[in-house]
Amino acid sequence: MCSLCGILGGNEHWADAVARPGAYTRNVERIDRRRERAGRVRIANRVLSAFGLSLTDWQGSSYLLSTRTGKTEIVEDLGHLWPAAERLSGRALDPLDPPFLERMEAYHG
Amino acid sequence: MAEPAIPAMTPVNLITGFLGSGKTTLLKRLLADPALHDTAVLINEFGEVGLDHHLLERLDDTMVLLQSGCLCCTIRGDLADALRDLLSKRERGLVPPFRRVVIESTGLADPFPVLSTLKSDPVLRHHFKAATVITTLDAVNGIRQLETYGESVRQAAIADVIVLTKTDIAEESDVLRLTEDVRRFNPDAPIVAASETLGADRLLNGPARETAGGFYCEPVPDGNALSQHASSIQSFVMTIDTTIDWTAFGIWMTMLLNRHGDRILRVKGILNVEGEAFPVAIHGVQYLVHVPVHMTSWPSADRRSRIVFIVDGIEPALIERSFVAFNGLGVSSPAARQVEEA
Repeated sequence: MCSLCGILGGNEHWADAVARPGAYTRNVERIDRRRERAGRVRIANRVLSAFGLSLTDWQGSSYLLSTRTGKTEIVEDLGHLWPAAERLSGRALDPLDPPFLERMEAYHG
Repeated sequence: MAEPAIPAMTPVNLITGFLGSGKTTLLKRLLADPALHDTAVLINEFGEVGLDHHLLERLDDTMVLLQSGCLCCTIRGDLADALRDLLSKRERGLVPPFRRVVIESTGLADPFPVLSTLKSDPVLRHHFKAATVITTLDAVNGIRQLETYGESVRQAAIADVIVLTKTDIAEESDVLRLTEDVRRFNPDAPIVAASETLGADRLLNGPARETAGGFYCEPVPDGNALSQHASSIQSFVMTIDTTIDWTAFGIWMTMLLNRHGDRILRVKGILNVEGEAFPVAIHGVQYLVHVPVHMTSWPSADRRSRIVFIVDGIEPALIERSFVAFNGLGVSSPAARQVEEA
């Protein structure tokens, strides 16, 4: 465990693989990695807000997924995020759902 | 005493194919190859009588029989246990030090759970890696099976290599039609006839999904519905003119596969990721995506991203619209760069 950034274990989800060198490697480029996570949380929240959910980074190693009433789950990576989000919100989160897409499209005109 | 080095990640091949399509015959042939003397074999039996088992000549201590039915729901745990057991025995020297595992799945199974077991089991994922999936397809009955049984289509769609069996007793026109059918939902897997000399190395080791060589992105022919029974399965290529925001892509793809993974038989793509000089190749099977690969060059002058989807009953336009909406959320957007066409 790195005492500076609080990372215990590694994340092996495919989306955590190197998109840019260093972005998701644990031992180098810590700042890049943090920046990437912050960007992920920001984008995920745009999506999750449509379902009354929000995501925050937890110690640079996991995420906290919460409902508006405070029900919270820890999720490890994007692979776990969506099943947890469906469980917490009690509905299917479908990225192909036209009304949902209209909402996403409204973000960027 | 020098022992052959055991690979850090033991490759696991899956042989799948419909009932009676010649999986065991193929396995038997492959195992006769001296190069495979250090292979452990797992057989998944269907039904109480292990016919396949009795047909196999090579049974040794490293063979574990998975006892019941279909891999989809009930056997996954068994498969994980069997592989863990093999691993443990190898470490303790109770079985010969195998360097490869071959799993023969039941003819009625969707082969996906085998791959998912390798990826998701907390122990197995550090010791085993999915190697090629080999699908046997019966040249005599294959067309009818593809039309009638969804499992058969899934088995062919997931394949890295397709072996056509019984071509010696099939009409040539049937073989041609079958090949055309298969190409519509598996555009790039090599199709070899079992009557050819089958190099074990070629089947089990290649084509490597880690390399860019032969990356397929040809336009899919029109009228790509299979038949009226299986017409919901189609492949299409999504071509993207802007760079891709990797973070947004990860969120989009995971959300898409979470909800529709059972209907997205395969995803394979070459992505022009914002901030990267060279493309990133992705390869997914249903709910599972392999670790993306950084390629060291572009396969052609075309710098656009291309993603091949093989889907069952999903409207291609909707996937495209969804992708664009998500990519627009990325850090690099809305100023995502236009990339040059060839």
